[in-house]
Amino acid sequence: MKNIGDPLPRVDGPAKVTGAARYAYEWQVPGMAYAVLVTSNTARGRVLEVDASAATREPGVLAVLTPQNAMRLPGPTQGEPPDRVVQALQDDRVYFSNQPVAVAVADTFERAVHAALMVRIRSEPARHTVRLEDELANAVPHDLIAGGRSIPADEARGDVARGLREADARVEQTYETPPETHNPMEPHATVAVWEAPDRLTVYDSTQWVFAVQRKLARAFAMPKENVHVIAKFVGGAFGSKGSPWSHVLLTAMAAKQVGRPVKLALMRPHMFGMVGGRPHTRQKLALGARKDGRLTALSHQSASATSRFDVFVEGCALQARHLYACPNIESKHRIVRLDIGTPTFMRAPGEASGSFALESALDELAVALDLDPLELRLKNHAEKDPIEDRPFSSKSLRACYAEGARRFGWEKRSARPRAQTREGMLVGMGMATAAYPGNFAPAQALARMNADGTALVQSGMLEVGNGAYTVMRQVAADALGLPVEKVRFDLGDSTMPEAPITAGSISTASVGSAVLLVCRALRQRLEQMGASGAASYAEVVQRAGGAPIEERSKAAPGEERKRYTMLGHGAQFAEVLVDPELGMVRVARLVGAFACGRVLNARLARSQLMGGMVWGIGMALHEHSVYDEKLGRIISRDLADYHVASNADVQSIEPILVEEEDTVVDPAGVKGMGEIGTCGAAAAIANAVFNATGRRIRSLPITPDNLL
Amino acid sequence: MRHFSYQRAASVEDAVRAGPGAAFLAGGTSLVDLMKLEVLNPSRLVDVSRLDLRGIEARPDGLRIGACATNSEVAAHPEVKRRFPVLSEALLSGASPQLRNVATVAGNLMQRTRCAYYRDLATACNKREPGSGCAALEGWTRMHAILGGSERCIALHPSDMCVAMAALQAVIHVRGPNGDRDIPFGDFHLLPGDHPEREFALEPGELVLSVFIPFSAAGMRSRYVKVRDRASYAFALASCAAGLEIASGKIRAAQLALGGVGTKPWRVPEAEQALQGQSPERVAFQRAAEIAVRGAQTRRDNAFKMELARRTAVRALTLAAEGA
Ligand SMILES: Cc1cc2nc3c(=O)[nH]c(=O)nc-3n(C[C@H](O)[C@H](O)[C@H](O)COP(=O)(O)OP(=O)(O)OC[C@H]3O[C@@H](n4cnc5c(N)ncnc54)[C@H](O)[C@@H]3O)c2cc1C
Repeated sequence: MKNIGDPLPRVDGPAKVTGAARYAYEWQVPGMAYAVLVTSNTARGRVLEVDASAATREPGVLAVLTPQNAMRLPGPTQGEPPDRVVQALQDDRVYFSNQPVAVAVADTFERAVHAALMVRIRSEPARHTVRLEDELANAVPHDLIAGGRSIPADEARGDVARGLREADARVEQTYETPPETHNPMEPHATVAVWEAPDRLTVYDSTQWVFAVQRKLARAFAMPKENVHVIAKFVGGAFGSKGSPWSHVLLTAMAAKQVGRPVKLALMRPHMFGMVGGRPHTRQKLALGARKDGRLTALSHQSASATSRFDVFVEGCALQARHLYACPNIESKHRIVRLDIGTPTFMRAPGEASGSFALESALDELAVALDLDPLELRLKNHAEKDPIEDRPFSSKSLRACYAEGARRFGWEKRSARPRAQTREGMLVGMGMATAAYPGNFAPAQALARMNADGTALVQSGMLEVGNGAYTVMRQVAADALGLPVEKVRFDLGDSTMPEAPITAGSISTASVGSAVLLVCRALRQRLEQMGASGAASYAEVVQRAGGAPIEERSKAAPGEERKRYTMLGHGAQFAEVLVDPELGMVRVARLVGAFACGRVLNARLARSQLMGGMVWGIGMALHEHSVYDEKLGRIISRDLADYHVASNADVQSIEPILVEEEDTVVDPAGVKGMGEIGTCGAAAAIANAVFNATGRRIRSLPITPDNLL
Repeated sequence: MRHFSYQRAASVEDAVRAGPGAAFLAGGTSLVDLMKLEVLNPSRLVDVSRLDLRGIEARPDGLRIGACATNSEVAAHPEVKRRFPVLSEALLSGASPQLRNVATVAGNLMQRTRCAYYRDLATACNKREPGSGCAALEGWTRMHAILGGSERCIALHPSDMCVAMAALQAVIHVRGPNGDRDIPFGDFHLLPGDHPEREFALEPGELVLSVFIPFSAAGMRSRYVKVRDRASYAFALASCAAGLEIASGKIRAAQLALGGVGTKPWRVPEAEQALQGQSPERVAFQRAAEIAVRGAQTRRDNAFKMELARRTAVRALTLAAEGA
């Protein structure tokens, strides 16, 4: 029997489309009260007074929590990074506009909304800045966290200055990506139920139940076993739900203070500031190459915005360390403190924004050298990691280039800009390399064989649209030799075996490996007990008394991570149509070929890649959190003003799965695919826009006014 | 809670009687949205969406479109498509199919600005709260008007439909406590001036019954061009409705209005006149476009609109000249 690789449709699809799938805000318990956030108007300063007198007089209003009357949390509100510094009404400081400064609680949602609108905030504003350029001079180096590891801010090899001197052609340019805001379809939501004064149940929309459990246990000074976190379905997350934000603590505080279960969801405008997004970046690239295209120098220096009170570093320059063969490389990260909410991981954090700069610069270099952009990349293909000087666990980038170029029809591209038109539109073609780390973090799972011959497998990971319910069931069924119908996979509960954060394209590799190991262990145990084949499992369990037979296992990375560099690779190709007079850009086609180790489910893999590529369209053409600089406030605060790609913007998207075997990366042989689809996509589109128009856009998004 | 009463009007007379002091509710896509934000806070709603005001009727001299006809119905109507392709195109370029299926003609006429400050209670807005100031003037103005603004307000009129109707010189038929009257399209929307909170030339309680669009040769040869930041579900950066009547190689009559640039749908009769008698060619179109944006006042973020509006007008006129 073979399940792995089968394009099994999502097993939770029917539950999702019929509404049976329960998301955080949909959990209902008797006595529920409803909370709505009140947020700051000022970008920096102190709250002098929260006037909730009118609000609390309204019928049904149970409480308005303010910095003055909110309970003091007995424990710290912050743990180890990537846990975030949050604002939980413990002091009167305002660090950014739209920060929570009060919480209205009422017996109905509508009453809570109205009460929140009636609360008056008087604050003492201080001078603020939300402009990256104002603080660039104060940029400082900072190490990063990526894939659960700490990574140094700067790395270098060789002598970049010399490499540039020796070059026949140079590109030295600055690229910019705008602040973007997380907007999954389901906004953040929490339901808090105090079962006893020191026992809390929480339904949360999260990417990591264990982080929510730890944060609450720490803040309320309880043993973590006393906090039970449940999240059966999450309506999109993309990094925004990786760290529990302010509202999680505030909901539990509100429930404690009103003595009732409380549910709280962020309203769409609340998303803009307090739950992060991709930070504003400014990136300096310097490339040097010989006439034949071989790189002599590669320097990538990134400055990215963070808040005054917490650190997030966008790892823009990480790819420069692993992607191209070059004797002289430097890669640097700086942070710039602004009066904004803390940015955070957003789908391919660093890789998406960094690849826009790096892959645009390579395109510029190709122009300078009069070389085909694909040829230039092949010339610099890295056979081993250029900085670490070690092999890749597997690398099929050449096959990605070849297969992508063939399916796309790259040979039809004209090197000269503005050379092709179709129905009055300028046609342009561009490409870029994609890469994303093959992350793997310790994960645990349990597997249980029941007396009826069905199996239950559990791990505390999350279903965020990634297809976890489906794929883990396939892995388990495969290892046990059972048909998928006989296996149930359950997740999203802090009482289950601990899983890493469902982020960083880490889950399928890590939990998949744990599930594989635990199911192999269970199978072995059953075989030792006399089983011969899946058909005999029921009999073996019954013979042993009928109680389910259970195994627990852990998968964890080992020494191999020091000996190899592990990356998924891909090649993105874009065709755009540009209106020559009106500047409107349409992405007519995106073709991406990706090699990410073993494919567990081709259907779901393709949909992950497709989603990632669509995200790249949004990044290239649409997404932008616009600040009113005077107010220090994001002014594009709803989905009419904050644009993501609409259906009409998405025309032909073709992800291609390139076969790759990796026996080193992790037991499942998997490199995650959640994010690589976004990598390089914006650059491929921007490069295509250049090819169409002769205009090099170095600052995203590319809107019609840039092309007039 | 903010309480409001809801009443379903049984007849047009019933609605007009209940009208003064109330807000009429049609599709609700603009009104209910703004009520949820507490930007508009009517104490009484009179639902007119079920009144018999949906008909689209051809008269000898024009088309009469009922106030409650949905945007989708109007866009798909064969007579609209034949007589006024610009109107069908404008409607289809707006909002999304779901919204167009419930949004009505009268509601679209009276949809409120999408100015981000108008919608954000944390900021100053003279339209929302007279005398409180205008945050947009020193704020982010990429989506603000360059024509028709005042020191108090530069909020953009967001409608696409209205741009087509302005060009077609529609007439709005209303009924109020004092009887029926017709309002020429150009007079219906008010410039902000000192009173940006006054947006329409309607008296209290006046109900829009229908919109009349006169037939014209230029209307039959008309096009709508909309430039926006994404392919669908986005308001115009600039748009243009243009119609041309061409006889013996010369323009006999022209219709021209701009969207995405004005505090109201921006028709410029001088630009239309400048086209009369000219050959339908680029030079003439460029000159008309130049006249159309005369008097524009741009700011840091919306300076591009000047050039974009001109190009959009030239494109719309070019397409109109090419014929359907
Ligand atoms: C997300 C979004 C995107 C949009 N994008 C676009 C776009 O790209 N282009 C575009 O043109 N529009 C766009 N719209 C606006 C949309 O066209 C309007 O919301 C819609 O036309 C309003 O019609 P309605 O029937 O829902 O009006 P309602 O919301 O019911 O009413 C709007 C106003 O009209 C008044 N009113 C309604 N009927 C009458 C009557 N018979 N007499 C007197 N007063 C009346 C109401 O009192 C209210 O003041 C968008 C809207 C949304 C929400």
